[in-house]
This record gives sequence, C-alpha cells and structure tokens, in this order.
Amino acid sequence: MSIGVRLIERYQAGSSLIHNTDARLKLLLTLAYIFAATLTPVGHWLAFGLLAAPLAVAVAASRLPALLVLRRSALALPFIVVAVPLLFTKEGDTLFTLQPFGWTASEEGLTAVLSILTKSWLSVVAAIILTATTPALELLRAMRGLGVPRILVATVSFMYRYLFVIAEEAQRLLRARDCRSARLEGRRCGVSVWWRARVLGHMVGSLFLRSYERSERVYAAMQARGYDGELRLLWDRAWRLTEMVVAVALVLYMAGVQVYARY
Amino acid sequence: MRATKVRAAVDTAIGITNLRFAYPDGVQALRGVDLTIAAGEKVALLGPNGVGKTTLLLHLNGILRGKGEIHIMGERLNNGNLKHIRAQVGLVFENPDDQLFSPTVFDDVAFGPLYMGLPKDEVLERVRLALEQVGMAGFEERLPHHLSLGQKKRIAIATVLSMSPAILALDEPFSSLDPSARRELMRLLQRLPQTMIVSTHHISIIRHLFPRTVVMDDGRVVADGETEAILADAALLEAHGLEVF
Repeated sequence: MSIGVRLIERYQAGSSLIHNTDARLKLLLTLAYIFAATLTPVGHWLAFGLLAAPLAVAVAASRLPALLVLRRSALALPFIVVAVPLLFTKEGDTLFTLQPFGWTASEEGLTAVLSILTKSWLSVVAAIILTATTPALELLRAMRGLGVPRILVATVSFMYRYLFVIAEEAQRLLRARDCRSARLEGRRCGVSVWWRARVLGHMVGSLFLRSYERSERVYAAMQARGYDGELRLLWDRAWRLTEMVVAVALVLYMAGVQVYARY
Repeated sequence: MRATKVRAAVDTAIGITNLRFAYPDGVQALRGVDLTIAAGEKVALLGPNGVGKTTLLLHLNGILRGKGEIHIMGERLNNGNLKHIRAQVGLVFENPDDQLFSPTVFDDVAFGPLYMGLPKDEVLERVRLALEQVGMAGFEERLPHHLSLGQKKRIAIATVLSMSPAILALDEPFSSLDPSARRELMRLLQRLPQTMIVSTHHISIIRHLFPRTVVMDDGRVVADGETEAILADAALLEAHGLEVF
C-alpha cells in the first residue's frame, strides 16, 4: 500500500449494521445531521448533548475504533482559529483583557467560540462515520441515485481517482529533493528557511502544472473512448422499509431537538 | 579504552553486507544482498523487473533503510551522516519527471550545490560544467517539462553531477530512449570518471560500457563477475529470465 493510499483512503472495511445500511440513506442522514448541528442555537449545551447521543450510538454500532474516529476528528480543530476573533468582538461580560492590545474577551464570545467548535466537531464526526463505513464508489453511486447532477458526481469521482496519482507524484518529488539535500563537511546546509520554502513552492507549482497537463491527456483518452459525461453505474438496491423507518425516526428526533432548543 | 576510528580502505566505494528490506505492505524486496564495488569501477545491474534493483539503488543514499550494513567511501551509513552520504552518491531515477522538480533547468541543476551552501560563483560554475558535461549547455532557462525524454534524462544526470558525487547510481537510464539518444547517453557515461552502478536491460550497452555485471533475482545477487563471462553463460541468463544470445 503506497503512502498515497494510506493518506486518502477513508473506508474501513467491515460488516457492521452501519456498513450495510443503504448508502443513499447514510448520505441523506449525514447531511440532515450537519444541518441540525449547524442550526442548533449557540450555547444550548443540552441540545448539543442530545445531538451527540445518536452519533455515539452510530460509532459503537459501526464498530469503528473510537481512537481512529477521534484522531480523524482533529480535522475540526483548525475551525477554532477562524472562530477565535469572536472571543473579542462579541459584546458582553468581560472575562479578561489581552494587555498589549487592550482587547477584551467576553463570556458571550467564549460561548460562541465553543459552540462553533462543537458544531464543526459534531459535523466532522458524522462525515467520518459516513466515509469510514461507505466505500467511495458506493458513495458516488448514492449521489447519482439521489439525483445529484452527473457533472458533480463525475467531478467527485475524478477527484477520488486522481488524488492517489497526485499524492504519489508529490511523494516522488519530495524523495527527489531529499536525495539532493546534502551536507558538506564544515558547511552549513539548507541555505535558509525562506529559500527552502521557495523550493517547496516551486514544487507545488510544478505539481499543479503536471496535474493540469495530465487532465488534458486523460480527457483526450476519455473522448477517444466515447465519454459523454455520464458514469455508467447501476443502482440495483431497493429502499428497505426498516431502514426508512429508522431514518425517519432519526430525522424526527433531530427536528425535536431543534424545537426543544428554541422554545 | 577508546576505540580507534578505523576507516575502511577508501578504494572500496560501495560495501553492502547482508542487506534485507521489506516494504510496508510486506513484500520482501531484498533478501540479503552482499556487494562490494571498488572506487572507479563501472558495474551493470542486470535482472528482470521487480527483483529489487531499484530498491537496492534507493538504499545507497539512505532513501530506504533496510537491515544490514552499507558503507559508502569507507563510511558506514547511519542516521547521523545521511546528508553527508547524499553528497557522495548521485542517485538518478528512471523517470526524469520524478527527478526534476524545479521551474527551470537552471534551478534544478543548481538545487544540490545551493543546498550544500556553496558560494554563488561556485554554484554557477558547477551548473555550467554539469550542463556542458551532459551536452545541454544553453538550456538553463528552459522548462524541464517541455523537453524531450532524452534531454530530460541528461538534465537529470546533470542535477547530480553538479554535486560532484564520487558515485553515480543510475536506475534504467536507457529505458525508452531512441537509438541516437541512447548513443549520446552511452558516450556521456563513458566519459564520466565516477564509480558507477547502473541498472539496465540493454545487453549490448552492458557489453560496451561495463566490465563487471551483477545479476539480481528475487531480492538476491545471483551472479557477479566479468561481463563477458556472465553474458556467455546462457544457462544462467535463461534461469533468471534474461535475454540469451
């Protein structure tokens, strides 16, 4: 298994209840869940807890290693950087003042930042469960089965197909650089951080150029084989009643949480 | 008692003892390779695809780290001297697109000497010399990805020549070259004074360029000796899936 595959492949093989659920339902439920998490009022911790419960059940039922889910969910952390200014811009009871700038942090600001972090973390975990229990191809079929425009499905499918190729290409470029990153006795090597950053920038640029040129070759090869924009995928699975019932119940539950949190 | 630092004789350029390596997916690529190459020797590495030739070459400058010992110019390769070893072993990949990562030919050839911290004048001189050696003088401002394969292969060799390595390790430098590009590359390799280990499938080139041939199969060295003797051994070549003349 190449490093590219390890970096990008999100599917964890398994045969749990969640793995076997109709991918279309999983996709719809995940989207509904992300909406619910996003719409939950700021600072309503009980509502967040009620939303987290089905997620915990889903993780348990999918038999995914909890540690794996936690590690991948670190993806949500960068969002906090975007949210941090809220800490100082929201009006409210003063928590502390950042001295050299004279910025005042408010309690309301803190609540907003933590709420945003919770919302993004819950959404990311939901997406992790979806991608870890559904093979990528199955997900693409589900999108098509749900009537997502074929150009979008095709774009996602190519992204999935060529991410591996590009990740490996990037890995080879890095290897070539390391091969020639040498040190002479008694000399400082590496020039400067700025110079190395510029080299890396050039590498990113050349990776983009190669990907762009590759896309033109791929497109020519596709046209040569009569590609007309439709991925020929068959959806042969019928909607199952029990799954539908559970899905409707979940949606009602999430709606209920919203109603409770607001009134 | 303090151990005296004994340096192996420097006339051994490459010394490999019982080198074993498995890829993370479990494929055992090297199953105990022993190989000694003297300074100045030009050695061909022969063997079918997938027997570990590239894996072996990637060990010479520590890109891959297997079990066993590797000595380069009398120095044992370890974590502490990786970058020092890389100054001595110029490794050229089979696909020049893997080797060239800079926007212009000049940037690529200058990367090695710049990284080593050489003064500007010397970098310029080395780039000029390296491009001249490979017959690509005047291509400094060209974009690598718009050159022909033969040109790219020569630029790829220039990118390591500019570091003046003692050893050149070339992986399939002759693959997919047209006859005239192949001839030019042969002349170039003939002229270069470095110790060389070159993997290739071209028997006629091996006969012409390399006095010594090492045959690999299934992660091991299965034959090692004078090129003429090895190429004359039809039974050996056939047993290891190679061209028989």
